[in-house]
Amino acid sequence: VWFEDVLFFIAAAGALAGALGVVLLQNPFYSVLSLVGHLLGLAVLFLLLHAEFLAAAQVVVYAGAVMVLYLFVVAYIGGADEPLRPESGGIAVFGPVFALAVAIELCIAFISSGLQSLDTNGAELGPGFGSPGRIGELLLTDFLVPFEAASFLLLVAAVGAVVLARRRRGLEDEGTGPMRERDEVPDTETLEVRV
Amino acid sequence: VDVTWYLVLSAFIFAIGVAGVITRRNPLVVLLCLELMLNAGNLALVAFSRMHGGEAGQVFALIVMVIAACEVVVGLGIIVAMYRNKLPIDIDEMSELRG
Repeated sequence: VWFEDVLFFIAAAGALAGALGVVLLQNPFYSVLSLVGHLLGLAVLFLLLHAEFLAAAQVVVYAGAVMVLYLFVVAYIGGADEPLRPESGGIAVFGPVFALAVAIELCIAFISSGLQSLDTNGAELGPGFGSPGRIGELLLTDFLVPFEAASFLLLVAAVGAVVLARRRRGLEDEGTGPMRERDEVPDTETLEVRV
Repeated sequence: VDVTWYLVLSAFIFAIGVAGVITRRNPLVVLLCLELMLNAGNLALVAFSRMHGGEAGQVFALIVMVIAACEVVVGLGIIVAMYRNKLPIDIDEMSELRG
């Protein structure tokens, strides 16, 4: 059991260091890499909490695919170094103070919530807790509606990203060019619409 | 390790994300800090799921990961559109939503 404790503190330190690196590093490229380290630390924590499927999804989908997307955009835009603190000193002071207040308030809320099993290692777990089979079963029975809504949301986000990031002028030039040649004898209605 | 440790850790990660969203000006880094906050919520959900002994919290965390992916896709699309339109990549300069 001491092995779990040691692993927890190593993973927690890694996750915290990664989170701090995201905020404190100047170059967005290094921020993304720091977030990858943070996500890997979180995956270890998920494993310690017996969420095996979630840990695997975290590593493969999140630290793998989503972060590659970030790296592409950082490389495309060219991550310019920026001064860490904004010129207006108010936010630079207010931000960390507010964050510290949020952390303390959350800790107080958690610890004083009076939940009986907070000080234990958690409930007794049945076999196969957090395995892909159990998660999939829950997704297709109890949580079918959120599952379908999430898939629909992914579709909407993909279409939205394509609409947002396309070259507007380029598409219109390509789209109208061949059309004009193709309609040698256009009827007047479409011509009017196009004009 | 008590469940409390996980919850305190998630509170601190959330607070770090809040600090980043408030202080950083690069929208890419602001998106990364939003990820931090969502991940802190995920960690709390999974910790409560462990405490409770049911997998519902893990399913919620999975859905939150989907939402995070959607947010990343749309946010990065907006940033790429800003770059294409030669707008400054700085959230302090982006004070209006008109394309």
